[in-house]
Amino acid sequence: MPVTQFKNCRILRDHELVREDLWVENGRIINPEELFYVQKRPPAFQVDCRGSIVAPGFIDVQINGGFGYDFSFDEDKTEEAVSVVARGLLAHGVTSFLPTVITSTPETYRKVLPRLNKRPGSEDGAGVLGAHLEGPFISREKKGAHPVQHIRPLEKGFETVKEVYGCLDNVAMVTLAPELENACDAVEGLTERGIVVSTGHSAGSIMDGERAFKSGARFMTHLFNAMTKFHHRDPGIIGMLTSKRLPLHELYYGIISDGIHTHPAALRIAYKTHPNGLCLVTDAVAPMGLGSGRHHIGDMDVVIEGERALIEGTDTLCGSIVTMDGCIRHFMHSARCTTVEALEAASLHPATALGITAQKGTLEYGSDADFVMLSDDVFVRATYIAGRQVFAAPGQAFIHEPVQ
Amino acid sequence: MDLRVLESVQRRWTKRVTGMSGLNYRARLRVLNQYSVQGLPRDHPESYHSYMWNHLFKHIDIHPENVNLLDGTCSDLEAECARYEAKIAEAGGIELFMGGIGPDGHVAFNEPGSSLVSRTRVKTLNQDTIQANARFFDNDISKVPTRALTVGVGTVMDANEVLILITGQHKAYALHQAIEEGVNHMWTVSAFQQHPKTIMVCDEDATLELKVKTVKYFKELWSVHSKQIDDPVAFESTRHG
Repeated sequence: MPVTQFKNCRILRDHELVREDLWVENGRIINPEELFYVQKRPPAFQVDCRGSIVAPGFIDVQINGGFGYDFSFDEDKTEEAVSVVARGLLAHGVTSFLPTVITSTPETYRKVLPRLNKRPGSEDGAGVLGAHLEGPFISREKKGAHPVQHIRPLEKGFETVKEVYGCLDNVAMVTLAPELENACDAVEGLTERGIVVSTGHSAGSIMDGERAFKSGARFMTHLFNAMTKFHHRDPGIIGMLTSKRLPLHELYYGIISDGIHTHPAALRIAYKTHPNGLCLVTDAVAPMGLGSGRHHIGDMDVVIEGERALIEGTDTLCGSIVTMDGCIRHFMHSARCTTVEALEAASLHPATALGITAQKGTLEYGSDADFVMLSDDVFVRATYIAGRQVFAAPGQAFIHEPVQ
Repeated sequence: MDLRVLESVQRRWTKRVTGMSGLNYRARLRVLNQYSVQGLPRDHPESYHSYMWNHLFKHIDIHPENVNLLDGTCSDLEAECARYEAKIAEAGGIELFMGGIGPDGHVAFNEPGSSLVSRTRVKTLNQDTIQANARFFDNDISKVPTRALTVGVGTVMDANEVLILITGQHKAYALHQAIEEGVNHMWTVSAFQQHPKTIMVCDEDATLELKVKTVKYFKELWSVHSKQIDDPVAFESTRHG
């Protein structure tokens, strides 16, 4: 199969940006020494990356919609929603994502879930790794924007989970409140099915969180938002970040780094406390990706002003409209972390949390060739999935020169 | 041989070579390597394959078919050496040999006591070399390979041009033996005194054991040398004049 050599770039490898070429064959990243010494083949194409940073494609594990579509609300247009969002995300460097469905009815889940099939990425859009079901097993006190009438308890633990959601085949992640009765049974059941359980929308204590972790929960949903406020005598589940009872290297957490939903100081505290577990998420809503001005989405009138989406006529935020690359830039600016740390927070960490680092989240030999070419200030120049260019920013042309 | 010596020089040489000839996959450049340590697999980070990939091959567009390395893992080492000599002959002989030396004046792995007319063969490494290499094998002497395949002194003498790189004070005495003392198989690099086209590239520290007179002489040739660097084509025509 023809080999493409991406030259003149700095790639993210082994937690560093190194001046190395990236070699791709048949949708995967390959070891050039093996190609050179054993197969004795030259590349068929070379691409001059013009000094770009090459990072693994970004992975968004929490996104409710975008470009005018909402995965929970547009239950009759699921395929269209996924298609439009997946395509739009390519411009943000996202190559894989978890379409997120908020607290809904069993009827909605039965309609929507079978249509949220896992699928690989392509020119048509970022890949779907599975659905993220955020709710309905959450705390009524910490519902955020979720519809309170559909929040429900876990009467029979995991049995209830199966009854409410229906088929779990397309589910990659579930957010639930760990303090609910029978939560641990639900956590165990889900974890056994290979579904990542995340604690969130919770009024629970640190011990509730630890119990859930011991049952298999590995993630936390948008740290700080919709959870017990941190108090120095009662840290809530936020305290899990420093729990002496947990193997912290296995705990991951999402954080919305749009400069609005999390105060920069809070972001810094999380970063300094447990940097390796930090995963950037957008938690983006339907207006994301639409231009400034007024939009009618679902049954809401929304006004986009700069980086904020407000319910028309009010000062109330109606959710995040940040892009993943925007999150990375905000994170670097607020946390004053390195470029490598910020890029890993959008790729390696979510991939590790999902247990898919063999294929995604890194540029190691053998992994899928999903990557992003970035400028030094982390703006997306081009996005590649399985080694093929699926997005190029205006004015950015990376030509595949055939080797003579 | 101190592999690190070659690094920065190779980098600059690579830049020059790729700049000058616009080296591409059609280029007729063929590379043959000096030696290979026995038993080390190709993908070992300390193998010569790894070294050459990281320091030269990955930076230039060379067709893999034009690269030849001695295979230290094959079962019949003598046959491998013979194959290599045949490969050199088939390529039309060596145009340019480029290498460094050890503190004991060895070139490639032609340890002190090697025949000055030797060909590509298996050599047992001496204690100094094994000690020096231990750091690449977790400082475990028992893990360090004891034999290597190497081109012979005679093989290198057949090259059209010989370029030896000698830097650092620890090589100074070897440089003295190389050019101020006689041809001696205990300092195998001295054999190149009898080669028509040898260049030895040194830094100041490497000259510390030379006579002041010797160093002055070569330094005063700088104007001649610099013409060769700035305009090799014009230099060539004046040289033959």
